[in-house]
Amino acid sequence: MVISGIRLPMMAALLVWAVVWEIAGHTDAGFILPPLSRIIWRVFEIVPTASFLDALLITGRAFLLGNTIAIAVGVPLGILMGRSVIADRLLLPWVNLFLSAPLSALVPVIMVLFGLGETTIVLTVVLFSMWIIVLNTRAGIRAISPSLVEMARSFGSNRWQAFSRIYLWAALPEILAGIRLGVVRAVKGVVIGQLLVSVVGFGTLFEIYQSHFLMEHFWALLLVLFAFAFTLNELLARLERRFGYYAAAR
Amino acid sequence: MQISELAPALPALREAPARRWRDLLIHPLVLRLLSFAAVLALWEYAGRIPLSPAFPTFLETLGGLGAIMADGTLFKAFLITLHPLVIGLTASILCGIALGVLMGLHEPSEWLFAPIFVIAQAAPLAALIPILTFAYGIGLTAKVMTVCIMAMPVIVLNTLGAVRNTPKSLLEMGSSFLATRSQSIRLIILPAASPMIFAGLRLGCAAAFIGVILAELLITPTGIGDVISYNQSVADYPKMYAAILSIIVFSVLFIELLERIEVTLFRPEARP
Amino acid sequence: MNPSAAMASQPNRDLPPLPGRAPQPIVEVRSISKTYAGGIEALSGISLEFPEGRLTTLLGPSGCGKTTLLKIIAGLIPATGGQVLVDGREVTGPGPERAFVFQDFALMPWASVIRNVAFGLELRGVAHSEREAIAERHIARVGLKGFERKYPHELSGGMRQRVGLARALAVDAKVVLMDEPFSAVDEQTRRKFQEELLELVANEGKSFIFVTHSIEEAVYVSDRIALLSRRPSRVSAIIEPQIQRGGDPEKIRRDSAYLDVVEAIWQQLRHYLD
Repeated sequence: MVISGIRLPMMAALLVWAVVWEIAGHTDAGFILPPLSRIIWRVFEIVPTASFLDALLITGRAFLLGNTIAIAVGVPLGILMGRSVIADRLLLPWVNLFLSAPLSALVPVIMVLFGLGETTIVLTVVLFSMWIIVLNTRAGIRAISPSLVEMARSFGSNRWQAFSRIYLWAALPEILAGIRLGVVRAVKGVVIGQLLVSVVGFGTLFEIYQSHFLMEHFWALLLVLFAFAFTLNELLARLERRFGYYAAAR
Repeated sequence: MQISELAPALPALREAPARRWRDLLIHPLVLRLLSFAAVLALWEYAGRIPLSPAFPTFLETLGGLGAIMADGTLFKAFLITLHPLVIGLTASILCGIALGVLMGLHEPSEWLFAPIFVIAQAAPLAALIPILTFAYGIGLTAKVMTVCIMAMPVIVLNTLGAVRNTPKSLLEMGSSFLATRSQSIRLIILPAASPMIFAGLRLGCAAAFIGVILAELLITPTGIGDVISYNQSVADYPKMYAAILSIIVFSVLFIELLERIEVTLFRPEARP
Repeated sequence: MNPSAAMASQPNRDLPPLPGRAPQPIVEVRSISKTYAGGIEALSGISLEFPEGRLTTLLGPSGCGKTTLLKIIAGLIPATGGQVLVDGREVTGPGPERAFVFQDFALMPWASVIRNVAFGLELRGVAHSEREAIAERHIARVGLKGFERKYPHELSGGMRQRVGLARALAVDAKVVLMDEPFSAVDEQTRRKFQEELLELVANEGKSFIFVTHSIEEAVYVSDRIALLSRRPSRVSAIIEPQIQRGGDPEKIRRDSAYLDVVEAIWQQLRHYLD
């Protein structure tokens, strides 16, 4: 927005909201919503503690592993669906189903099957992030102009070269967008998983803070998680933009 | 291109029988049925190995579904679950579209509100549920709020994007034919935005279902959440799986219905 | 007396060839300049007169600002300097005496053909039955009778532009502004359109301002061509192709006067490319 010739950066509005939060924190709402300044103070207090770092390690590991699996399975599956009509017709109904189904209802299933441990969290991450990666990869592969593939063939490329030099690169903008959306969903999935399991990673901290009414601690944890999710999203969006320049020109 | 060549496969009767069988086999409907049959068969098989004592077969799950349908548990549970869902979703849709349109048309409000929703869209808002429980108790309100925080960001952002992306030439067309501001909003911007707004509504619905189930599992067990967690605790897995299956099928059908309504009402160009 | 009424009663192709001075200009552009926000100078002091009842073309290389000038005349974008007079009144925005035909058609995909054509009247608050009757007449006029209840996606590119043309005719503006209207249709349709446009200019008694980058198209349809130079754009020449247009429209394309004008313009334009 531009006010009297000065361009206000978009996220600057957050400062306004931070002030609103701080003021609200000093009213009666302060019990539920403590002042932002005290929460930020708490962030510096809890981040170096062993229990926080421990939770971060476990959650981060599950998150990374889950996303790696989702990408490793999702991208090839999407390419397969984009290339083969039969595979597409067999699998697309399921991908669409999992994409719009309330996956939080499936977390209890994973819990009873795989216990209350890290496996459950990893599988929750995969469950949340994989489908959008598949769908985007498929869309990217289908958007490749046939003449680009014919060009490669006319210059004598073999199947592997066509795949590694043409398909993967031409579909990269969509694949990266899919991965970013998948990662955003995975962050939500990992938190939902830990809220429901509540004995692993941040779930433990949520449980402790909640049962002891430690609102400042709880909000501090939320702040860290939200900032992390937002930063991750922005970083991936930047990567996406680096390759997005040719998405429209393909 | 391949798809359009394969679509009229069924009436190709004069061709060789082998070819006919192949065409029949890859017909979309046949493949879809085949796909569902294969997955259900796999489920049945995995249940019979058994994969885990907590993994009932498909037929056992159907039996469980029959049982909770017969004694009315499922029906009652759905009514209870739908209560916060419908209230929260209606509120999210009304407020979300209004806010999104406002932000799309009025730059200062976009500057003020958009960052919140951009962050909310990326952030794991489910973590707010314990705080909502503190603030609103364990009753209906907290569950409605859960549905709202899950569903609203995507509805708001899609509406904002939709309003912003009105084709420039349509706007110019409107003003060259002397549309007033309100005519141009009513007759051009909103109709042009409606497909993307509806896409946001579908995503919002999916998120609302996630939210309501999460609320029922986390805040206090009621409705479908209660059926799931009760049967989980007494290890009646067929019934637990049946409840999960039913809410997933229900939400998918609900979102499908929304899409049908959209196409029949607003999208002549998408009608078959 | 209303000059446009006089024109309508007497097809203006029968008028003697344009003398050095054009008849009463309907649109006057006075030293218009346009500089975009980034400092790009698109138009620099353009002055032009558009004679009434004729088709005048703005011709120039891609990106020379001819569409910008047309949109300034339409009142869709403001000029940085200078003024535009339509019928003696200064342009401050879009007006009912001007109608625009868009390069990408600008049809509303959610509305049927008849609603698209009647849209300008709908915005003016004309009653439903009345505007549908007017729209039906113009749909028939552009050769789309029977397609009233179809939707834009069910029509070919050429038919879509006919809808855009009918919409512009339906509001009965004195001046029709056409922004490369035939550039998104195939060559056969394009030629058909050009022939029909000649007929329209001859019979409707309206003034047309036409933008194109095709030399042949400009010479074929225009009474007067303003040749624009590269950015920042100025008028580099005014050409009035004196072509006999009676009889077989196909003949014109082989007519030596037509070919000579095309050649002359090409010679003018080619040094911009070097």
